[in-house]
Amino acid sequence: MVASAPAQAQQDEIKIGEINSYSALPSFTEPYRKGWQLALDEINASGGVLGKKLTIISKDDGGKPADAVTAANELVSNEGVSLIAGTFFSNIGLAVSDFAKQKKVMFVAAEPLTDAVTWSQGNHYTFRLRPSNYMQAAMLAEEAAKSPAKRWATIAPNYEYGQSAVAVFKKLLSAERPDIQWVAEQWPPQGKIDAGPVAEAIAAANPDAILNVTFGPDLVKLVREGNTRGLFKDRTVVSFLTGEPEYLDPLKDETPAGWIVTGYPWYSIDTPDHAAFLKAYQAKYNDYPRLGSVVGYSTVKAIAAIIQKAGSTDTEKLIAAAEGLEFTTPFGKVAFRAIDHQSTLGAFVGTTTLKDGKGVMANAIYHEGAKYLPSDDEVKKMRPQE
Amino acid sequence: MNFPFLIIQFLTGLASASSLFLVASGLSIIFGVTRIVNFAHGAFYMLGAYLAYTMTETLTGAFGFWGGILIAALGVALFGTLLEMSLLRRIYHAPELFQLLATFGVTLMVEDLVVIIWGPDDLSGPRAPGFRGAVDILGHKLPSYDLFLIVLGPLVLLALWLLFRRTRWGILVRAATQDRDMVAALGVNQKWLFTSVFALGAFLAGLGGALQIPRDSANHVMDLPIVVEVFVVVVIGGLGSVFGAFVAAVMVSELNAFGILIFPKISLILVFAVMAVVLVWRPWGLFGKPEPVRRHGFALAVRPWQPFNARERNGALFGIAFAALLPLLIGLVAKPDYFQTVGTEICIFVLFAASLQFLMSVAGLASFGHACYFGLGAYGAAFATKYFGLPMEAALLAGPLFGLCGATLYGWFNVRLSGVYFAMLTLAFAQITWSVAFQWVEVTGGDNGILGVWPSAWASNSRIFYWFTLAITVLGVIALRRITFSPFGYGLRAIRDSDLRAEAIGMARPKMQWIAFVIAGTTAGLAGALFAFFKGNVFPNTLEIPVSVDGLVMVLLGGIETVSGAIAGAVLYKILAIWLMNLTDHAKVVLGAIIVLLVVAFPKGLVGTLQEAIARRLARAKVDAA
Repeated sequence: MVASAPAQAQQDEIKIGEINSYSALPSFTEPYRKGWQLALDEINASGGVLGKKLTIISKDDGGKPADAVTAANELVSNEGVSLIAGTFFSNIGLAVSDFAKQKKVMFVAAEPLTDAVTWSQGNHYTFRLRPSNYMQAAMLAEEAAKSPAKRWATIAPNYEYGQSAVAVFKKLLSAERPDIQWVAEQWPPQGKIDAGPVAEAIAAANPDAILNVTFGPDLVKLVREGNTRGLFKDRTVVSFLTGEPEYLDPLKDETPAGWIVTGYPWYSIDTPDHAAFLKAYQAKYNDYPRLGSVVGYSTVKAIAAIIQKAGSTDTEKLIAAAEGLEFTTPFGKVAFRAIDHQSTLGAFVGTTTLKDGKGVMANAIYHEGAKYLPSDDEVKKMRPQE
Repeated sequence: MNFPFLIIQFLTGLASASSLFLVASGLSIIFGVTRIVNFAHGAFYMLGAYLAYTMTETLTGAFGFWGGILIAALGVALFGTLLEMSLLRRIYHAPELFQLLATFGVTLMVEDLVVIIWGPDDLSGPRAPGFRGAVDILGHKLPSYDLFLIVLGPLVLLALWLLFRRTRWGILVRAATQDRDMVAALGVNQKWLFTSVFALGAFLAGLGGALQIPRDSANHVMDLPIVVEVFVVVVIGGLGSVFGAFVAAVMVSELNAFGILIFPKISLILVFAVMAVVLVWRPWGLFGKPEPVRRHGFALAVRPWQPFNARERNGALFGIAFAALLPLLIGLVAKPDYFQTVGTEICIFVLFAASLQFLMSVAGLASFGHACYFGLGAYGAAFATKYFGLPMEAALLAGPLFGLCGATLYGWFNVRLSGVYFAMLTLAFAQITWSVAFQWVEVTGGDNGILGVWPSAWASNSRIFYWFTLAITVLGVIALRRITFSPFGYGLRAIRDSDLRAEAIGMARPKMQWIAFVIAGTTAGLAGALFAFFKGNVFPNTLEIPVSVDGLVMVLLGGIETVSGAIAGAVLYKILAIWLMNLTDHAKVVLGAIIVLLVVAFPKGLVGTLQEAIARRLARAKVDAA
């Protein structure tokens, strides 16, 4: 947490407000914070932006939308930040995005995945970095279509994220493969999966393939029960987010092999951008980066690029600069689309495998975000006209 | 669905039931004897899992694993013992539910401490040696660990039965469950009895958590879901009944295992729906007995409440004037915008806490689900804005209206119960309402909520909105006080202090409490509507347990035996919470510690302790004068 600087220094610095679920979700937000701190250090070491030092004032929202709005309010009206960034949970992202619209402040959403942030609830002030739910579903559906499996079952946490992930995946896969049947679905409550009965209920439908959207502690339980009960044996499994180190590492030697997943194989990405990031990160923290680290790092790099191009911290100038802006992330060059303020950051798709008693992603291929978005006409229809 | 599958599903359900029972039995025993609603039971469970992770990772081999599990459970028992001796012993004579506040403070601390000690990552421990694989049953694979749990549950039940029926300790404990004062009068050292019971309960919770290690990962959010679920199980089974807890655990787990086959989305509300049905049908749970008659009435009988005298009224007016002038005062030294929004939030929670205090202190009904009416009010305002396009002034009225409707419907069932059973039924209705808001995505937007509920242009300035909220809050609190000192309010207090005598002189207990419930629900709905316009959005978590708990904490901090202590409780708690959130990522450990300290220092709440001190001084002055 960075304390607000003394008054005389304020002329020489640009303040960014940052909000995330630090206490509610430390497994993601700790690496995320390390990521943005690294980016901040790099930017200030090379002279800051517009000749000024970049400062980040960071707040915890405790995992609650209402508290996030309180924090945003403080950042904007008390600290006088130039723009706000961050958030993890979809509902918090939406709450802050609506706050930004009301108060006419720019908001760069880092992580929240819901499609609503840029589409049905999208607004002029909000940009989003991570590939949305739709984009990840499209990448996975493309892979899933290659599988001969015909009978599909789904397991997803019972809230908006799980529901929309299943809906989009179903729609895209059925469009590609009209021969597919959806034979069973399970909707365990988020964080409270009763994994044994769920695994048996899915097995009873005898599917050829399973789509999984659970993550975190629920995923650990499902994998353990599923492995012991032979649920995944001889079945194609497609799984959202499972390749992210945050969720893959706790599975340890029980990581099931051959799942098609999205994730972040930091150990096998062979690009100069990523190599530089990895080296700097490991040098600074003596730890490997998680996906959260990349998100935090890229968010701050994007913000610096926006301010640099705008040449000012005026909100309208920032937004104008951000639309179509190209910036560099550890995954390469990406841009904020002017049409819906979604970045074209992509994701890695690969299959899980065991290596030295740990789960890793094999054959991981980077899928560019830009290729997995619907046509401009469709986007226009979904996004409210301003 | 063939026969072998049904058998497997049944056995799987039994395994879940066993793990649930271990934790629930501990809670039931603790409540049965000490009457403590032990909120920290989930924290014990979580500590058990974390300790077991460390132990099983450090020790090796079969002995290492099982020894590690046992050490973890014993460690939690030790923690429980220390907690009972250092904290709870000091507050057994505090007003009812005050111990809930203390254990809530401990829970907050543990949630942060496990992250500080064990780090942010989810930790998955090893599988149990000898129980890694599966057993083939009718062509299906059942994890052998499930079989182990299926056997363990009844064994623990048997052990507890022997302990309670065949040992002198058990006989004393059962006697204490029936009538603590009589046991004390017979010369039994109650202190150690209570401590040992608490240690046993903590041991069972720790064991339950430790045994999850081969199935689950240890993580810092595993405490709240389990504590809520075992409360439900214990209440269904009947408080204090270990056998009842077993039956209820089996019932809930089997209903869940088979329920998801027919309605895959049901598990969120199933347990609460079952609890609501059971409580309406059998008000003391399946195997529970009516609560023994309380010997200690309210201490208020000694010094009944009085309306404000002239000096107190002037003090209150001064307080209101000060609150109204605050933005101008702060404006002299700093930019007041942020402080105005914090002030608005505090006002809203003052109104919410005051409505809960009316229900708890005046009507004697402790609700664990008051967030329900707050949330309904917020959704009412949001619906009116979103679907009917009403302006803020009209939409604000939809809030109390929604609160009123919800409280009328739920209240009719609720007031048929009393004590902890009443509390749990209110919780059940709150959870059912929450899951409707959470799952009915087409109407409520589900988890993504309803956005764009902003105030009208004239009120969008943060200072105006603060004054507006302050005015409504002041009027609301005055109205509640007037009702408290009306004949109806006196009647409510009579029922609270002795429902038998009150009914004997012709007061209709259920009807009057029902009206009180509706008044509290409507006021909470008004607070919720203000909250929606203040935040600009509504999410299902306005209906969630933490909001209800926040309300309880505010009332208890202020003093449950006071008329309006909740106001001070709300102001203090909200300021602390916001300030600490701002200051550190580990706000919970500090907030929890502050709550625990306040509990020990002011066992009657802040305002309650203050009043006590003033009353004592006045009494002394009278003696001196005479």
